[in-house]
Amino acid sequence: MSARGLILAGVDGDRTWRLQDYIGRGGYSALKKIIAEKIPAETIIAELKASSLRGRGGAGFPTGLKWSFMPRSFPGAKYLACNSDEGEPGTFKDRDILRYNPHSVIEGMTIAAYAMGCERGYNYIHGEIFEIYERFEEALAEAREAGLLGQKILGSDFSFELFAHHGYGAYICGEETALLESIEGKKGQPRFKPPFPASYGLYGKPTTINNTETFASVPFIVNMGGENFLNLGKPNNGGTKLFSISGHVNRPGNYEIGMGTPFAELLEMAGGMRGGRKLKAVIPGGSSSPVLPATVMMDCTMDYDSIAKAGSMLGSGAVIVMDETTCMVKALERLSYFYFEESCGQCTPCREGTGWLYRVVHRIENGLGRRDDLDLLNSVTGNIMGRTICALGDAASMPVQSFIKHFGSEFEYHIENKKCLVPPEVQHQGSQIYVSP
Amino acid sequence: MLSQESLQQIDREIAKYPPDQKQSAVMSALRIAQIEMGWLAKETIEFVAGYLDMPAIAAYEVASFYNMYDLQPVGRHKITVCTNLPCALSGGVHAADYVKQKLGIDFNETTPDGKFTLKEGECMGACGDAPVLLVNNHHMCSWMTTEKIDQLLADLENK
Repeated sequence: MSARGLILAGVDGDRTWRLQDYIGRGGYSALKKIIAEKIPAETIIAELKASSLRGRGGAGFPTGLKWSFMPRSFPGAKYLACNSDEGEPGTFKDRDILRYNPHSVIEGMTIAAYAMGCERGYNYIHGEIFEIYERFEEALAEAREAGLLGQKILGSDFSFELFAHHGYGAYICGEETALLESIEGKKGQPRFKPPFPASYGLYGKPTTINNTETFASVPFIVNMGGENFLNLGKPNNGGTKLFSISGHVNRPGNYEIGMGTPFAELLEMAGGMRGGRKLKAVIPGGSSSPVLPATVMMDCTMDYDSIAKAGSMLGSGAVIVMDETTCMVKALERLSYFYFEESCGQCTPCREGTGWLYRVVHRIENGLGRRDDLDLLNSVTGNIMGRTICALGDAASMPVQSFIKHFGSEFEYHIENKKCLVPPEVQHQGSQIYVSP
Repeated sequence: MLSQESLQQIDREIAKYPPDQKQSAVMSALRIAQIEMGWLAKETIEFVAGYLDMPAIAAYEVASFYNMYDLQPVGRHKITVCTNLPCALSGGVHAADYVKQKLGIDFNETTPDGKFTLKEGECMGACGDAPVLLVNNHHMCSWMTTEKIDQLLADLENK
């Protein structure tokens, strides 16, 4: 974990997550200011729009715009949900935010509830990080005790109840409507859209769902002003962002940096390549984002626009680094298995197609590949993409297409020679148990 | 079927949701029931459904959809190892192989003495901590070298 940026600034591991520590870092001053000065909701949303904050969960949708979709004069209950169901391979930033700075999320959600008129909210936390869920519950209790959450917050007329809800092992619940289904106590199968959650969300009521990091950024934007936040990044890509770096680097972990920082600098921060080995490929935004070869990646800056221009997606900011010891067929095989395993089964193209993808990549990896398998894989992805209710089908397809596009010769070598270009012992050596110094 | 303590815990979960939305507590209720009973038998799921005034089949759908619920008996300690790509690049597969060798079992098997069950996990959202082991669903063990795995297994052996 790196202690720079905004959200992680001044945090010191597991020692400084409590309310008093957060207040010591200037925490809850944004909420206090809003309530004391009775700042209108429109002003807060305008400030968010000026900040150019975009959804940190992966889709990159402008947050201020999303908030403005919530119906103002809706007579009944409105809900807020935080998506902390972080399970996209490579992504582990929200866990650190909740672990080291949970109150930033609580304050951000409370401000959001104020701006959109929500009376109740839920933070949906990935089941596998149950210890973090328990910590978040403790943080909620602290905030309630201090009058920062609950009925008549800080003595005002504004009330907001916030609770933690845990997942229990289903990647698909990171899809926002699956997440709502899951909070309702059902299987996490995505809903058909429209209607969108802003009109028909949790329990059929208007609901806004944002990512953990998005909410955590809100207090900082209120405090410093939208324009100053924007200037920490670059136009259309405001602010700082957490990047989770995993794979073949010397210091895997989270690094919070300004949007638009060159990838080369980020790699340097993560200690450079492990064992001084050569960079081969990078998945820049979580396992579903298209893989990029080293030369393309080294020219990128870390922001939505630069990565999109290079043909991939910034996604959740999960950077999976692979060096020359990596077999790209094997890497894809593991990812394809993941999407096959996690498809919710609702839409036929995804349920059946992810199985096809895995089985074909698996047979190539195991020396049973056929000459037309690459065409077959491309044809299957073409039949999945755009034909499903949610984006999981696309998420399963994009790695396949991009691995074949950039590393097709490796796949062909596997099919021709029934073995890998990278000798097994080299692969074995490259993926040893590694613990950073 | 469940102890007073478990029921009180479930009641606290129910209170998080609007009064007409008790079903929202089913994920927590199943978790609490699983901790007490060791795994989720059909009768346990039915009991939870009844407690939350929801159809048994709806609770069963939830129990069978989310992979941290155990619908078959497991050993006293369930160890789940993440072998997904980011973890695999930093030794996730090697760690899993080491645990297999130590326990003499493969994935989805339980040791003959009923102490350990081994599972292959999907992304736990902790890729920077690879290799990662999850013990009994709730305790995450990070940066697991072979020495730390030895220690963990020795500790669990006596629990």
